[in-house]
Amino acid sequence: MADKILNIKNLDLTFKTNAGMVHAIRGVNIDLERGETVAVVGESGSGKSVVMKTVMGILAGNAIINSGEIEYTYYNEFNELATVDILKKDTKWIRKNINGKHIAMVFQDPMTSLDPTMTIGKQLMEGMKMHMNMSDADANKRAIELLTEVGITNPEKRMKQYPHQLSGGMRQRVVIAIAISCNPELLICDEPTTALDVTIQAKILELIKKLQKERGISVIYITHDLGVVAKVADYVNVMYAGKIVEVGNIEEIFYDPKHPYTWGLLSAMPDLDTDDARLYTIPGSPPNLLHEVKGDAFAPRNQYALKIDKLAEPPMFKVSETHYAATWLLDPRAPKVEMPEELRKRIDRMLKEANADGSEL
Amino acid sequence: MAANYDAEPILKVEHMKQYFKMSSKFTVKAVDDVSFEIYPGETYGLVGESGSGKTTIGRGIIRLYDPTDGKITFNGIDISGKLTKEARTELRTKMQMIFQDPMASLNPRKKIGDIIGEGLDIHHNYASKEERKQHIDNILAKVGLAKEHYDRYPYQFSGGQRQRVGIARALIMNPDLIIADECISELDVSIQAQEVNLMKDIQAETGSAYLFIAHDLSMVKYISDRIGVLHLGRMLETGTTDEIFTNPIHPYTRSLLSAIPSPNPRTEKSRTAVAYDYATSGIDYDKGTLTHISGTHYVHGTEEEIAKWQAENN
Repeated sequence: MADKILNIKNLDLTFKTNAGMVHAIRGVNIDLERGETVAVVGESGSGKSVVMKTVMGILAGNAIINSGEIEYTYYNEFNELATVDILKKDTKWIRKNINGKHIAMVFQDPMTSLDPTMTIGKQLMEGMKMHMNMSDADANKRAIELLTEVGITNPEKRMKQYPHQLSGGMRQRVVIAIAISCNPELLICDEPTTALDVTIQAKILELIKKLQKERGISVIYITHDLGVVAKVADYVNVMYAGKIVEVGNIEEIFYDPKHPYTWGLLSAMPDLDTDDARLYTIPGSPPNLLHEVKGDAFAPRNQYALKIDKLAEPPMFKVSETHYAATWLLDPRAPKVEMPEELRKRIDRMLKEANADGSEL
Repeated sequence: MAANYDAEPILKVEHMKQYFKMSSKFTVKAVDDVSFEIYPGETYGLVGESGSGKTTIGRGIIRLYDPTDGKITFNGIDISGKLTKEARTELRTKMQMIFQDPMASLNPRKKIGDIIGEGLDIHHNYASKEERKQHIDNILAKVGLAKEHYDRYPYQFSGGQRQRVGIARALIMNPDLIIADECISELDVSIQAQEVNLMKDIQAETGSAYLFIAHDLSMVKYISDRIGVLHLGRMLETGTTDEIFTNPIHPYTRSLLSAIPSPNPRTEKSRTAVAYDYATSGIDYDKGTLTHISGTHYVHGTEEEIAKWQAENN
């Protein structure tokens, strides 16, 4: 049964700043079905965190929502399916009914998301006591179970410790334990491993994957690291300057990307198998959204830009049922442009590697 | 300019130890008996997880810390122990550092030009104001910033640009060795690529050597000629980039390599990283010694351990 849990429709948002109006989100659509994992990829400043903060109702006070809907479907207290538009609800209602209970979030830096003056145990039990009316004893018991579940040894002792007494990886595990404590259906992970070492990163990603499998929850990853995306996601949304420029399932994005920005992102990943002396980089930097963007926002950095890119914004062109990309190159009238030779070779090599792996299994 | 292995090493670290005394009973051995050399024009990558002592080594070399023991020679001058005036001047001008967090390492109340020129001011390296300005403008151009940026403040820059200011500040003294401490870890992947390319270009032009400290092996591979793998303050494996990547021997090195995510969903989905836990691995770092394998490849361990690991790999 196709069962949508989150449907962000045409979200458009502006921040009012001293310098002027910053048009940070310019029409974003994201779909998420129950049990799936979606990744939102983009450079810093592309607006990926802002979209997720809107979903959680924790936007900064100077944000003005121009248009859009965020439909969230959940099982209410009578176990019936209910759909709400989060944008129409006030913060208080979201706090009480959605945050923590149905949608939980894991932030980038575990040191700033934990309260340094509270013990791990107290922070873990806080949400459960609030949302589930648990008694102290029950919450304590459940907290110890949760810590064991996220792979923390000696949980009784950890309950009484403070965040500074734990290592970075352990802190992030605690944050994840807090996030899943009230059995949410949707987990939003905002750069969950950026502040961590690669070895710890692998462990945390494997942990989230395990929890997802056991509990059947949906996960949204926000990240700039395509290696992380390859490991975890089912669907990928590539975001640039407040817009989704390409969306597709993981195979389509990694093996058959259509948007020049996605080409650039993939090419910029360091590749362990080549001996190229130079890394590919996307020239220039993202546009300043203080100024209204005319045409395609990526055009100034795009070596394949067409004349029309400076005049009109490209619509989402359909590549397949699940794969869409916003680039004029996909227009039937556009000249035929293939992805860069380097990237083509790299994808061929990856496919070969994947096939070789498959035959071994 | 490629690395010059025939010349005398520019930096020689011998049996460096850095202990921090926490209480009368407890001492943290952050760096324990680490030795390595860096040749002119070479990039030496130092990798390891947080707490492995890589940053401490960098800081000990440039004397932000006073190493507990060991000998450090830079350009033929002993820079360990009490510094002579001559050694201090050499160290402060010819060795520079780029820090991890570009926001925290730039004074928010100073203009970019003055931040970059501070080294010149301290060492009186110019005859006139015009010469100073000229010099700073040249460096700004070299790192891909514009002259107009001279009068701006750090908050007006993006993360990648700020890191370029950090690089410019290090370059202005025309150093022989630059210690880059996790200088790209906080940047986006696409910006990281730009900075790594920039550092490579600068090296080709000026011929300065780098000590590149990082935990991300994929970027280290791109920039380094040789790599040293650290764990718990020990050098576990060192060799050329090729030797480390094609023939990793120590289980810790292999676990680090296996943790690098690759942008290939079909293989990545089914792959799990090799776990390495010192406490349960049965390896005792105190027993092993740095053993020569081949070429410049050394591995820390006892003879039996190394034989066992090599057998496992094949």
